[in-house]
Amino acid sequence: MACISPDGKPTESGSKMLRALQAGLKSPEEIAKDTGLPLFRVRSGLRELTQSGLAKQRDDRYELSEEGAKLIK
Amino acid sequence: MEEVREQITHMPRIGEPAPAFEAVTTHGKLKLEDFKGSWLILFSHPADFTPVCTTEFIAFSKIYPELQKRGVELLGLSVDSVSSHIAWVRNVEEKTKVKIPFPIIADLNKEVSLDYGMIHPGQSKTETVRCVFIIDPNQVIRTILYYPLTTGRNMDEILRIIDALQTTDKNSVATPANWRPGDMVVVPPPNTQEMAEERLKQGYECTDWYLCKKKL
Repeated sequence: MACISPDGKPTESGSKMLRALQAGLKSPEEIAKDTGLPLFRVRSGLRELTQSGLAKQRDDRYELSEEGAKLIK
Repeated sequence: MEEVREQITHMPRIGEPAPAFEAVTTHGKLKLEDFKGSWLILFSHPADFTPVCTTEFIAFSKIYPELQKRGVELLGLSVDSVSSHIAWVRNVEEKTKVKIPFPIIADLNKEVSLDYGMIHPGQSKTETVRCVFIIDPNQVIRTILYYPLTTGRNMDEILRIIDALQTTDKNSVATPANWRPGDMVVVPPPNTQEMAEERLKQGYECTDWYLCKKKL
Protein backbone atom coordinates (compact mmCIF):
# COMPACT_ATOMS: atom_id res chain seq x y z
CA MET A 1 0.00 0.00 0.00
CA ALA A 2 1.20 3.50 -0.76
CA CYS A 3 -0.07 5.20 2.40
CA ILE A 4 0.30 2.45 4.97
CA SER A 5 3.57 0.55 5.29
CA PRO A 6 3.58 -3.21 5.99
CA ASP A 7 4.10 -2.53 9.73
CA GLY A 8 0.80 -0.63 9.78
CA LYS A 9 2.34 2.82 10.13
CA PRO A 10 1.49 5.59 7.66
CA THR A 11 4.11 6.37 5.04
CA GLU A 12 5.30 9.92 4.43
CA SER A 13 2.45 10.62 2.02
CA GLY A 14 -0.04 8.91 4.37
CA SER A 15 1.14 11.09 7.27
CA LYS A 16 0.83 14.21 5.11
CA MET A 17 -2.78 13.34 4.38
CA LEU A 18 -3.59 12.54 7.99
CA ARG A 19 -2.06 15.85 9.10
CA ALA A 20 -4.15 17.66 6.49
CA LEU A 21 -7.25 16.07 8.05
CA GLN A 22 -6.39 17.40 11.52
CA ALA A 23 -8.24 20.62 10.66
CA GLY A 24 -11.49 18.72 10.12
CA LEU A 25 -13.57 17.50 7.20
CA LYS A 26 -11.88 18.00 3.85
CA SER A 27 -12.48 17.06 0.24
CA PRO A 28 -9.80 15.20 -1.77
CA GLU A 29 -9.22 18.42 -3.74
CA GLU A 30 -8.56 20.39 -0.54
CA ILE A 31 -6.21 17.70 0.74
CA ALA A 32 -4.31 17.70 -2.57
CA LYS A 33 -3.91 21.47 -2.29
CA ASP A 34 -2.76 21.30 1.34
CA THR A 35 -0.30 18.43 0.84
CA GLY A 36 1.00 19.15 -2.67
CA LEU A 37 0.23 15.55 -3.62
CA PRO A 38 -1.40 14.83 -6.99
CA LEU A 39 -5.17 14.39 -6.75
CA PHE A 40 -5.03 10.77 -7.97
CA ARG A 41 -2.61 9.92 -5.14
CA VAL A 42 -4.89 11.58 -2.61
CA ARG A 43 -7.94 9.68 -3.85
CA SER A 44 -6.18 6.31 -3.72
CA GLY A 45 -4.54 7.21 -0.41
CA LEU A 46 -7.86 8.13 1.18
CA ARG A 47 -9.23 4.78 0.08
CA GLU A 48 -6.38 3.05 1.92
CA LEU A 49 -6.65 5.24 5.01
CA THR A 50 -10.38 4.60 5.16
CA GLN A 51 -9.97 0.84 4.70
CA SER A 52 -7.34 0.84 7.45
CA GLY A 53 -9.67 2.66 9.81
CA LEU A 54 -7.46 5.77 10.05
CA ALA A 55 -9.90 8.06 8.23
CA LYS A 56 -13.66 8.20 7.77
CA GLN A 57 -15.68 9.29 4.77
CA ARG A 58 -18.70 11.55 5.16
CA ASP A 59 -20.40 12.16 1.81
CA ASP A 60 -17.62 13.45 -0.45
CA ARG A 61 -15.35 14.57 2.38
CA TYR A 62 -13.02 12.88 4.82
CA GLU A 63 -12.06 13.23 8.47
CA LEU A 64 -9.69 11.54 10.91
CA SER A 65 -10.94 8.52 12.82
CA GLU A 66 -10.04 8.24 16.52
CA GLU A 67 -7.29 5.82 15.59
CA GLY A 68 -5.95 8.15 12.91
CA ALA A 69 -5.95 11.08 15.33
CA LYS A 70 -3.96 9.05 17.89
CA LEU A 71 -1.36 8.14 15.24
CA ILE A 72 -0.40 11.69 14.46
CA LYS A 73 -0.42 13.08 18.01
CA MET B 1 -5.08 -19.72 -31.26
CA GLU B 2 -8.04 -19.19 -28.93
CA GLU B 3 -5.82 -17.12 -26.67
CA VAL B 4 -4.66 -14.96 -29.60
CA ARG B 5 -8.26 -14.39 -30.66
CA GLU B 6 -9.14 -13.31 -27.14
CA GLN B 7 -6.26 -10.86 -27.12
CA ILE B 8 -7.51 -8.98 -30.15
CA THR B 9 -11.19 -8.72 -29.28
CA HIS B 10 -10.80 -5.65 -27.06
CA MET B 11 -9.75 -2.61 -29.05
CA PRO B 12 -10.97 0.63 -27.52
CA ARG B 13 -11.68 3.46 -29.91
CA ILE B 14 -11.47 7.23 -29.89
CA GLY B 15 -14.59 8.81 -28.42
CA GLU B 16 -15.41 5.82 -26.22
CA PRO B 17 -15.24 5.84 -22.42
CA ALA B 18 -11.84 4.56 -21.30
CA PRO B 19 -12.17 1.03 -19.86
CA ALA B 20 -12.27 1.17 -16.05
CA PHE B 21 -9.50 -0.57 -14.12
CA GLU B 22 -8.11 -1.10 -10.67
CA ALA B 23 -4.43 -1.96 -10.85
CA VAL B 24 -1.35 -2.46 -8.70
CA THR B 25 1.18 0.27 -9.47
CA THR B 26 4.46 1.59 -8.14
CA HIS B 27 2.37 4.21 -6.31
CA GLY B 28 -0.07 1.75 -4.77
CA LYS B 29 -3.41 0.49 -6.02
CA LEU B 30 -4.92 2.96 -8.48
CA LYS B 31 -8.27 3.10 -10.24
CA LEU B 32 -8.98 4.91 -13.49
CA GLU B 33 -11.54 7.02 -11.61
CA ASP B 34 -8.74 8.37 -9.38
CA PHE B 35 -7.69 10.45 -12.41
CA LYS B 36 -11.14 11.96 -13.03
CA GLY B 37 -10.86 15.69 -13.66
CA SER B 38 -7.31 15.43 -15.03
CA TRP B 39 -6.08 14.52 -18.46
CA LEU B 40 -4.31 11.18 -18.41
CA ILE B 41 -1.71 9.66 -20.70
CA LEU B 42 -1.82 5.89 -20.20
CA PHE B 43 1.07 4.32 -22.04
CA SER B 44 2.46 0.82 -22.28
CA HIS B 45 6.00 -0.39 -22.84
CA PRO B 46 7.17 -3.91 -23.74
CA ALA B 47 9.34 -4.65 -20.71
CA ASP B 48 11.43 -3.21 -17.89
CA PHE B 49 15.23 -3.13 -18.23
CA THR B 50 15.10 -2.83 -22.02
CA PRO B 51 16.97 -0.12 -23.93
CA VAL B 52 14.29 1.68 -25.96
CA CYS B 53 11.87 1.67 -23.00
CA THR B 54 14.54 3.17 -20.77
CA THR B 55 15.07 6.06 -23.21
CA GLU B 56 11.31 6.58 -23.35
CA PHE B 57 10.90 6.65 -19.58
CA ILE B 58 13.66 9.23 -19.31
CA ALA B 59 11.96 11.26 -22.06
CA PHE B 60 8.50 10.98 -20.41
CA SER B 61 10.04 12.11 -17.11
CA LYS B 62 11.58 15.13 -18.82
CA ILE B 63 8.26 16.29 -20.29
CA TYR B 64 6.36 15.56 -17.06
CA PRO B 65 6.67 19.15 -15.75
CA GLU B 66 5.27 20.46 -19.05
CA LEU B 67 2.45 17.93 -18.86
CA GLN B 68 1.64 18.94 -15.29
CA LYS B 69 1.35 22.58 -16.40
CA ARG B 70 -1.35 21.36 -18.79
CA GLY B 71 -3.16 19.32 -16.11
CA VAL B 72 -1.97 15.99 -17.49
CA GLU B 73 -0.92 12.93 -15.48
CA LEU B 74 1.19 10.04 -16.75
CA LEU B 75 0.62 6.35 -16.05
CA GLY B 76 2.91 3.67 -17.47
CA LEU B 77 2.17 -0.04 -17.88
CA SER B 78 3.88 -3.28 -18.75
CA VAL B 79 3.43 -6.97 -18.11
CA ASP B 80 6.02 -6.98 -15.31
CA SER B 81 5.84 -7.23 -11.53
CA VAL B 82 5.81 -4.21 -9.26
CA SER B 83 9.17 -5.37 -7.84
CA SER B 84 10.63 -5.34 -11.35
CA HIS B 85 9.24 -1.82 -11.94
CA ILE B 86 10.68 -0.58 -8.64
CA ALA B 87 14.09 -2.13 -9.40
CA TRP B 88 14.08 -0.63 -12.89
CA VAL B 89 13.10 2.93 -11.90
CA ARG B 90 15.71 2.83 -9.12
CA ASN B 91 18.30 1.64 -11.65
CA VAL B 92 17.34 4.40 -14.11
CA GLU B 93 17.70 7.00 -11.37
CA GLU B 94 21.04 5.58 -10.22
CA LYS B 95 22.52 5.38 -13.72
CA THR B 96 21.04 8.49 -15.34
CA LYS B 97 20.08 10.71 -12.36
CA VAL B 98 16.57 10.96 -13.79
CA LYS B 99 13.80 10.23 -11.29
CA ILE B 100 10.67 8.57 -12.69
CA PRO B 101 7.93 10.60 -10.97
CA PHE B 102 4.82 8.86 -12.28
CA PRO B 103 3.23 5.48 -11.40
CA ILE B 104 3.63 2.32 -13.49
CA ILE B 105 1.01 -0.43 -13.60
CA ALA B 106 2.26 -3.95 -12.92
CA ASP B 107 -0.11 -5.78 -15.25
CA LEU B 108 1.08 -9.34 -14.67
CA ASN B 109 -2.36 -10.85 -15.34
CA LYS B 110 -2.72 -8.65 -18.48
CA GLU B 111 -6.16 -7.43 -17.41
CA VAL B 112 -5.57 -3.80 -18.34
CA SER B 113 -3.46 -4.67 -21.40
CA LEU B 114 -6.24 -6.79 -22.88
CA ASP B 115 -8.98 -4.26 -22.09
CA TYR B 116 -6.98 -1.57 -23.88
CA GLY B 117 -5.81 -3.73 -26.81
CA MET B 118 -2.17 -3.24 -25.88
CA ILE B 119 -1.05 -6.74 -26.83
CA HIS B 120 -0.63 -7.20 -30.56
CA PRO B 121 0.08 -10.89 -31.11
CA GLY B 122 1.72 -10.21 -34.47
CA GLN B 123 4.43 -8.34 -32.56
CA SER B 124 4.49 -10.27 -29.29
CA LYS B 125 2.05 -12.56 -27.52
CA THR B 126 3.41 -11.69 -24.08
CA GLU B 127 4.58 -8.09 -24.22
CA THR B 128 2.60 -4.90 -24.75
CA VAL B 129 3.46 -2.77 -27.79
CA ARG B 130 4.15 0.94 -27.33
CA CYS B 131 0.62 2.32 -26.94
CA VAL B 132 -0.40 5.82 -25.92
CA PHE B 133 -3.97 6.52 -24.80
CA ILE B 134 -4.81 10.16 -24.18
CA ILE B 135 -7.83 10.25 -21.89
CA ASP B 136 -9.67 13.49 -21.14
CA PRO B 137 -10.93 14.72 -17.74
CA ASN B 138 -14.31 13.04 -18.43
CA GLN B 139 -12.42 9.76 -18.97
CA VAL B 140 -13.15 9.57 -22.68
CA ILE B 141 -10.40 8.31 -25.02
CA ARG B 142 -9.35 11.21 -27.22
CA THR B 143 -6.24 9.86 -28.96
CA ILE B 144 -4.69 6.45 -29.52
CA LEU B 145 -1.15 5.97 -30.82
CA TYR B 146 0.56 2.66 -31.49
CA TYR B 147 4.29 2.33 -32.06
CA PRO B 148 6.12 -0.90 -32.85
CA LEU B 149 8.48 -2.51 -30.36
CA THR B 150 11.53 -1.13 -32.15
CA THR B 151 10.49 2.54 -32.40
CA GLY B 152 10.67 4.89 -29.43
CA ARG B 153 7.92 7.48 -29.08
CA ASN B 154 8.13 11.17 -29.98
CA MET B 155 7.51 13.34 -26.91
CA ASP B 156 7.11 16.53 -28.96
CA GLU B 157 4.20 14.96 -30.79
CA ILE B 158 2.56 13.82 -27.56
CA LEU B 159 2.80 17.35 -26.13
CA ARG B 160 1.56 18.77 -29.45
CA ILE B 161 -1.51 16.51 -29.37
CA ILE B 162 -2.31 17.58 -25.80
CA ASP B 163 -2.01 21.25 -26.81
CA ALA B 164 -4.18 20.64 -29.88
CA LEU B 165 -6.90 18.78 -27.94
CA GLN B 166 -7.02 21.39 -25.20
CA THR B 167 -7.11 24.22 -27.76
CA THR B 168 -9.92 22.45 -29.63
CA ASP B 169 -11.95 21.94 -26.45
CA LYS B 170 -11.50 25.52 -25.26
CA ASN B 171 -12.19 27.30 -28.54
CA SER B 172 -14.36 24.90 -30.60
CA VAL B 173 -11.87 24.90 -33.47
CA ALA B 174 -9.72 22.31 -35.23
CA THR B 175 -5.98 22.38 -35.78
CA PRO B 176 -4.33 21.98 -39.19
CA ALA B 177 -1.42 19.75 -40.15
CA ASN B 178 1.77 20.38 -38.19
CA TRP B 179 -0.05 22.91 -36.00
CA ARG B 180 1.86 24.35 -33.08
CA PRO B 181 0.53 26.60 -30.29
CA GLY B 182 0.36 30.16 -31.63
CA ASP B 183 -0.34 29.06 -35.20
CA MET B 184 -3.67 29.82 -36.87
CA VAL B 185 -6.49 27.36 -36.20
CA VAL B 186 -9.14 25.99 -38.51
CA VAL B 187 -12.70 27.26 -38.17
CA PRO B 188 -15.24 24.37 -38.25
CA PRO B 189 -16.78 23.91 -41.71
CA PRO B 190 -20.18 25.56 -42.27
CA ASN B 191 -23.33 23.45 -42.22
CA THR B 192 -25.48 25.60 -44.52
CA GLN B 193 -25.05 27.65 -47.66
CA GLU B 194 -25.96 30.78 -45.70
CA MET B 195 -23.24 30.08 -43.14
CA ALA B 196 -20.75 29.47 -45.95
CA GLU B 197 -21.51 32.89 -47.46
CA GLU B 198 -21.43 34.67 -44.09
CA ARG B 199 -18.12 33.12 -43.22
CA LEU B 200 -16.42 34.74 -46.21
CA LYS B 201 -17.35 38.15 -44.75
CA GLN B 202 -16.02 37.48 -41.26
CA GLY B 203 -12.39 38.37 -41.84
CA TYR B 204 -11.05 34.84 -41.60
CA GLU B 205 -8.15 33.82 -43.77
CA CYS B 206 -10.04 31.64 -46.27
CA THR B 207 -8.62 29.50 -49.04
CA ASP B 208 -12.22 28.79 -49.95
CA TRP B 209 -15.52 28.61 -48.05
CA TYR B 210 -14.68 25.21 -46.53
CA LEU B 211 -11.14 26.03 -45.40
CA CYS B 212 -10.92 29.11 -43.20
CA LYS B 213 -8.35 29.86 -40.53
CA LYS B 214 -8.22 32.39 -37.74
CA LYS B 215 -5.86 33.55 -35.04
CA LEU B 216 -6.83 32.87 -31.45
